[in-house]
Amino acid sequence: MSYYSQILTVIIINSILAVSLNLVSGYTGQLSLGHATFMGLGAYAATLFALKLQSPFLVSIILGAAVAAFFGFVIGVPTLRLKGDYLAIATLGFGEITKNILLNLKITGGPMGLRGIPKVTNVYVAAAALVLVIFSLNRIINSRVGKSFIAIREDELAAESMGINTTRFKILAFVIGAFYAGLAGGLYAFLFRYINPKDFGFMRSIEILCMVVLGGMGNTYGAVFGAAIITILPEFLRSVSPVVAQYRMVLYGLLLVVMMIVKPQGIISESSLSNKKREKSLEKGGL
Amino acid sequence: MVFEQIINGLTLGSTYSLIALGYTMVYGILELINFAHSEIYMIGAFIGLIMVSVYKLPFIVALLLSMAASCLLGIIIEKIAYKPLRRANRIASLISAIGVSIFLQNAVLMSAGPQARAFPANFNVTNLRLGNLQISSLQLIILLVSVVLMVGLHLLIQKTRLGQAMRATAQDKETAQLMGIKIDQVVSFTFAIGSALGGAAGVLVGIYFNSADPMMGFFPGLKGFVAAVLGGIGSVPGAMLGGLFLGLIEMLGAVYISRYKDAIAFAVLIFILLLKPTGLLSRRIQEKV
Amino acid sequence: MELLEGNNLSMVFGGLSALNSVDIKINKGEVLSIIGPNGAGKTTLFNLLTGIYSPTKGEICFRKKEIKNLKPYEITKLGIARTFQNIRLFKEMSVLDNVIIGQHCRTKAGVFGAMFKTPSVRREEALVREKVMDVLKFVDLDDVYMEKAKNLPYGKQRRLEMARALATDPELILLDEPAAGMNHQETNELIKLIEKLNNTGKTVLLIEHDMKLVMDISRRIMVLDYGKKIADGPPDEVKNDEKVIKAYLGDDFRRETREIKKVKEAKEVKKAKEAYVC
Repeated sequence: MSYYSQILTVIIINSILAVSLNLVSGYTGQLSLGHATFMGLGAYAATLFALKLQSPFLVSIILGAAVAAFFGFVIGVPTLRLKGDYLAIATLGFGEITKNILLNLKITGGPMGLRGIPKVTNVYVAAAALVLVIFSLNRIINSRVGKSFIAIREDELAAESMGINTTRFKILAFVIGAFYAGLAGGLYAFLFRYINPKDFGFMRSIEILCMVVLGGMGNTYGAVFGAAIITILPEFLRSVSPVVAQYRMVLYGLLLVVMMIVKPQGIISESSLSNKKREKSLEKGGL
Repeated sequence: MVFEQIINGLTLGSTYSLIALGYTMVYGILELINFAHSEIYMIGAFIGLIMVSVYKLPFIVALLLSMAASCLLGIIIEKIAYKPLRRANRIASLISAIGVSIFLQNAVLMSAGPQARAFPANFNVTNLRLGNLQISSLQLIILLVSVVLMVGLHLLIQKTRLGQAMRATAQDKETAQLMGIKIDQVVSFTFAIGSALGGAAGVLVGIYFNSADPMMGFFPGLKGFVAAVLGGIGSVPGAMLGGLFLGLIEMLGAVYISRYKDAIAFAVLIFILLLKPTGLLSRRIQEKV
Repeated sequence: MELLEGNNLSMVFGGLSALNSVDIKINKGEVLSIIGPNGAGKTTLFNLLTGIYSPTKGEICFRKKEIKNLKPYEITKLGIARTFQNIRLFKEMSVLDNVIIGQHCRTKAGVFGAMFKTPSVRREEALVREKVMDVLKFVDLDDVYMEKAKNLPYGKQRRLEMARALATDPELILLDEPAAGMNHQETNELIKLIEKLNNTGKTVLLIEHDMKLVMDISRRIMVLDYGKKIADGPPDEVKNDEKVIKAYLGDDFRRETREIKKVKEAKEVKKAKEAYVC
């Protein structure tokens, strides 16, 4: 695989992650600082299905995503009673606990991680996954379910008073987000052929959140755009010169600050796209 | 054995408390999780290390200089990275804070290198015996310094005009402003005090474990924040208590399940949040309908 | 026939009582107004009836069914809808979507239905569209359906809140100060709208300070003061009730001390409410 197609594949996987977090944080308004946890669970589960049970690639990554979704439910039920920063910090906590458990279990290879995963993921596989994810997400967002998510973000109490079981729908958003993140995790494992608990820690969660915020919260295509920028940036700096490359993380930090000061609502803000598309979908008989 | 673990837990916990204070004070005023706080702690440790090993200054002078430098750093960070965002949404400030954290961590990494440096205590460390119980003079000093700083902070908040302004701002920013309190000044002051305490914690922990490295801020930073949440974020006594509690639980827990030491803090956090969603020492705010 | 009955309702916030043994009875098809000075407990009563708070004491029956321990969304599904005193629209959503949310509890489409757009989901969506446009026409907002809620002028925002509540197909609709901040003409339009609503068979319970509106449309008026019911009856009767006149006017001296006391108490109740642990 060439350098460029490798980068492109990573961008696509990151896009799936960003789009899935965007569902939880951007559309439903529940700030999560532990999204990489579900990516990790998906990656580990898919790998174990493939390595221990010899299940085929496609089955493995879908089962991996299902396992991540299951844990999304298990973690979501208690934590989604919390709001705002408390929710954020609880998701962070669950992330660290999961990492700690992965580091200590035998079946996950402890700190050594798992190696010897076949390389199956390529640009086409990843792109197909992204298209499916975005397609299904768009359908969800434009449905009764998606509108309920947005209503919860806008005003949780009013949403509940209008007949929405807010707890149930927040958990639902969390589970769907976890499923997609788990899928991305599976693709990641079959791309890099080696996984380690540290790949799915707090910094990764932050990175995904940065993609979403940079692109513009509550906008699926913004999330994809954010993922592309955050993925390319370090590589770009590396290509400028080796000296710059050394300082790329320093510049990355600086850029986040500058970006937030200059355009805190993200590059593509939600309102810039919606109206025309909406009328079109109404004409076609959508909701 | 248990007694020693308790002393270890309190020693570690008192440093968590110092870190937690910085988080809780900033959160109380700005409702911002200041992610850069863990880096201030790390830089505080490095400044202390330089003072002690390069300039051969006595420990207490090094500690004070490190606190002063951290204080300055905190103020500068606030002015550059948070102040322009005070009216933007909260996630923007959060990301900005994360950006500062990444920036500082890697800046130190570039200049000091990734390896851990020895941070020797430049005074005699002896073991004191009380019957068959043992406590090192280093631990005593850490506990003592922490207590002095926390008492000092308490007096500052309760007895001075600036402390009064801080409390007023934390309760109601707009009203405080109408009463003639200069919010910018209060915010700077809050960052200054919080950062000084964070820097002090860095020096103390550096000397305690005889080591300083650019990544050292990550876990203590998270745990300091956990401690702040445990005590009820925004509450100063809560942060002190939360830190000590966390240190104790961690050390006692480590006796039995040492492999999961880092997970203990978070398990406790989640347990407490689920039991009492706003921490131990705070009252839940009911939304006005 | 009574639709809703609340008996002996009390609500205490951290030691301070906001409602004290209040009985309320709403008959099917009537327009009942709750009036009373600020801090009398009117909105608290609304919050009890809609499940936002659970009463400290007392029972609430809706269509003979006990509802005091139900969640707000369950109560909405049973047929009680409300608006809020301080408008709580979904600001970033369009007018249309705000009303569609109202249909949430009458529809079923789930995640998989949405993903695959099954025939039953398509049918449901078509019905929702029709229903929602009807509601928008009813409140005369059908021309601005693509507008974002936050961009509507104030009077229209109030009407949108009513439309959203109506879309839940309620039998009983609770309006919390619907005329607040409206000018004379807007209030008159509102009166017509509420009458129209009542004529379609909806039972209306409203909190209002605008006496013209209250006297015009209420079949019955209930007066709260300091968390207690001090009068309940037809408008003419209540208007001439001595206790009511005192509560609103009183003699000069009493009024002054009352005002001071009222402000003090309202503040205390507010503080206690904020500290109230759910």
